[in-house]
Amino acid sequence: MDAGEALLLLLLIPGGAMLLTLFVPSRHVNVVRYIALITTIATLIDSIWIFAVYDFAEGGYQFDLQYPWIENIAFLGENGISLHLAVDGIAAPMVLLNGLVGFAGVLVSWKITHRVKDFFILFMALFTGVYGVYIGQDLFFWFFAYELAVLPMYLLIVIWGSTNKEYGAMKLTMVLVGGSVLIFIGIFAVFAEAGAGTFDMAVLREVNFGRSFANTFFPFFMIGCGILAGLFPFHTWSPDGHVAAPTAVSMLHAGVLMKLGAFGIIRLGMEILPAGTDFWMPVLLVLGGVAAVYGAISAIHQTDLKFVIGYSSVSHMGFVLMGLGTMNNIGVNGAVLQMFSHGVMTALFFAMVGGLYDQAHTRDIRVFGGLVRKMPLFVIFFGIAGLTSLGLPGLSGFVAEFHIFVGAIDTFPLFAALGILSAALTAIYVLRLMGRAALGPFNPRWESLKDLSRWEIAAAIVLIAPIIAMGVWPDPFIDRIAPTVADLPQVEQIGNLFTLSSLTGR
Amino acid sequence: MDLEYQLIIPEFVMAGLAVVVIAAALAFRNVDQKWFGYATAAALGIIAVVTAIAYWNTHDDFGNVLAVDHFTVLFRVFFLGIAFFTVLAAVQFAGDRLKNHAEFYGLIVFATLGMMLLAASRELLTAYLSLELLSFSFYILVGFNKLNPFSNEGSLKYMLLGAFSSALMLYGISLIYGVTGTTLYSGIEPDGVAAGRNIADQLASFGGFGGGVDPDGARPGLLIGLVLITAGLGFKVSAVPFHQWTPDAYQGAPLPITAFLSAGGKAAAFAFFLRLFTEAFLPAANEWVWFVGILAALTMIVGNLMALQQTNFKRLMAYSSISQVGYLLVGIVALNATNIAQSQDAASALVLHLIGYVTTNIAVFAAIIAFYNRTGRDDIVDLRGLAERQPFLAFSIAAALFSLAGMPLFAGFATKFIMFQAAFNNGFLWLGAIGVTASFVSLYYYLMVIKQMYLYEPEGADRERFHVSRPLAGALVVLVAGVLFIGLYPTPLFDVIHSSTESLFEQAAALSAAAVGK
Repeated sequence: MDAGEALLLLLLIPGGAMLLTLFVPSRHVNVVRYIALITTIATLIDSIWIFAVYDFAEGGYQFDLQYPWIENIAFLGENGISLHLAVDGIAAPMVLLNGLVGFAGVLVSWKITHRVKDFFILFMALFTGVYGVYIGQDLFFWFFAYELAVLPMYLLIVIWGSTNKEYGAMKLTMVLVGGSVLIFIGIFAVFAEAGAGTFDMAVLREVNFGRSFANTFFPFFMIGCGILAGLFPFHTWSPDGHVAAPTAVSMLHAGVLMKLGAFGIIRLGMEILPAGTDFWMPVLLVLGGVAAVYGAISAIHQTDLKFVIGYSSVSHMGFVLMGLGTMNNIGVNGAVLQMFSHGVMTALFFAMVGGLYDQAHTRDIRVFGGLVRKMPLFVIFFGIAGLTSLGLPGLSGFVAEFHIFVGAIDTFPLFAALGILSAALTAIYVLRLMGRAALGPFNPRWESLKDLSRWEIAAAIVLIAPIIAMGVWPDPFIDRIAPTVADLPQVEQIGNLFTLSSLTGR
Repeated sequence: MDLEYQLIIPEFVMAGLAVVVIAAALAFRNVDQKWFGYATAAALGIIAVVTAIAYWNTHDDFGNVLAVDHFTVLFRVFFLGIAFFTVLAAVQFAGDRLKNHAEFYGLIVFATLGMMLLAASRELLTAYLSLELLSFSFYILVGFNKLNPFSNEGSLKYMLLGAFSSALMLYGISLIYGVTGTTLYSGIEPDGVAAGRNIADQLASFGGFGGGVDPDGARPGLLIGLVLITAGLGFKVSAVPFHQWTPDAYQGAPLPITAFLSAGGKAAAFAFFLRLFTEAFLPAANEWVWFVGILAALTMIVGNLMALQQTNFKRLMAYSSISQVGYLLVGIVALNATNIAQSQDAASALVLHLIGYVTTNIAVFAAIIAFYNRTGRDDIVDLRGLAERQPFLAFSIAAALFSLAGMPLFAGFATKFIMFQAAFNNGFLWLGAIGVTASFVSLYYYLMVIKQMYLYEPEGADRERFHVSRPLAGALVVLVAGVLFIGLYPTPLFDVIHSSTESLFEQAAALSAAAVGK
């Protein structure tokens, strides 16, 4: 399968839209919005196509495309830095995830009225950067895209954010860029150690890095990327950042950006430095388990809706890191499934909270009550997100978390128990939240609330569809993820779960 | 000896231009003074283009004291370009706030002449004299706003410390002369044999000091000489701990001169640094890499930490430029005595970063000058709401600051990436790590500026949108485009630079080839 141009389009469409928007006079607000809408529809279609066409029977990297960029200068040899794009079975669902969340993000951003043009320019930069990370196969380009995804956050939060936005934005940016300093140093070291004169990951994956080198530099990638995935104890930027960010940015941020961190651990850590996994993956498992419980307990104490979801994200990303830490195929499968599942679910959460906050101008759980009377659709959608979050069978969260727990029991039973405990804690805060705000006695202060706008309903449907699809029929996802995970070096095979599909032949 | 005067015609023309500009002001008293500025800029532009075309393929030397090779030509054009943009940005500023415009432009031309000679010098005293021509022009220019006490203070401080550093350097030169018996950097005949006595040859003949071999007892004298020259140069480039004059001089100087000082002054000092440490001192690299490395680390750390506390934009840029010097010094540390190809990569990476940095810095200052022309203020908080009042200026400043912080898309990312990698390859992992961490710290204070522009609404009496003069806006567009171009596709520029740094390593390459031949 080599229709690599489809991947190139993922960068060119939003990148081009960004440039195009630059030249639209800022008073033509609707032109700007429709450009963004058409762009994200186009990228969504492209993403779905890539996900669908990815040949899972063949597995491995597909849609390979490579253009030289900077080569034959200084220490860079042939293809030193190239625009090398490809997706494997892990990246394919992530590409789809970004398409979905980006599209939904534009829909809920329709109501932004302050400096619309600037907003969508930055939004598109972030969106392009995220695609770049998922499909990039060159360390230089990968890091470039990674920074491109992180940096616009600062302006997006500072200009369009709310609650304590200056603090939240600065904290987020500095912590994340601090993480990328570690990644940067790791990339330098890998390049120098390999001595191949290229940043091409396909070449670097073949290099056999020694155990001591790998043990030294694996944590640079693990912690550097892990910070973005909310790795305990570096997670505190995440709730603050989420609360401060405007709705669409929270969605993209929790939905796809945090996944970049976990994805980076797979791409840079597990694939390039597999020799370091033996020593460090148990650490990741422990930290992930701690984050899962700690995030859930913190979420119980919060009164601000966005803080609840922010800490819940920390908790769920803890599951992802735990899954990766198991280093067996079921656990890692679960981690990737959870990345997707949590991505759409949390985007849905933030979209709904945004819809409520814009009318109510508060997110304090204690003042709400009986919202179902005024906002039935809101309550339904919010409820679906909540139930996914606590792992109700039939929704995507269950599939993912079940994999992770089965994987964890195999390697570290105690932490599997801890994970299951935190899933139970999730039930506490989600159900309490639902009981308090959505049901319960109606607070007459909210007489004037209206239900969601049609843009928000559209966004919610876009996000709920994959939640249910993955919940009842996870095969398309597992078919793509499982063979790729099985090919990861150092990942132990402990049989298959759910993977009933005869198509994979495994 | 036959001296080929045609090789240094651009320098003669520059000297003539400076005199003509000053004389013309006496002759044409009724002409609007801004035309002197535009005329100077036009002349600089023309000289740059003609020099590039006429001399690119020249490879010769002027009595062995001035080399005219790719490196010289590249830097000639580079300095002329810096002067061109500085003058262009200065025209409105000078018209509004300075007197004696023609002398102002004339001194800029003299300073540029000093830079051009400095990059070409391959003899210590010639280099020293060029550096003094450059420095004296700057002493006057910094104090040019003579009614402003800050300007006087900055100028005085700069001059006193500058004179001190010149003395240090001169003493270092005398020691090197004492040890090696020559002030010529290097020089080879077409047949690959060293032409007469020169520093590189002498140092190489000492044969690796590291092994404890010290045949002539030359090591102490050489080391002290190297340290003194490095210290003197450290003053000129404002490396920590020789940086004390910088913030005051930057703050006191008229804004265009701050720009010129931070771009041209640094670039010239580094051209000198590079030529001296490659052509002459490369064989003794093991002797000096460690203290240049410490200097680089200190400069990056202190520069960035001090910048965090600044409230005045010019002082912020002063400390920011100090930290940038630290990054540039990393390029010097990446030089290696034995691996010539790797050294050349390091030198090219350094020049690439230098060009990227200078382009970025001029862009920042051009935008700030445009802002200052309107408001007359230069504190960071005064930038409040600039994104509402003048989006293009705000965008230019933001892009340039992101570039200085080494963020992708912009020049700073690609060039720093290449340069730090060169240091890594030379075994200086710790230095590269400090560099990356320091860039991360720098992001904080650059973001503080960007926050002022984008986050807040305009304040104070003057909140209207305003226009930027055409020439200045045009210059800014070109500079920002340059920053983006270098960031996204540095290959063509790097190729040009790489062919120019080749001439720095001719003797070293010939010597190592001869060593292999034996």
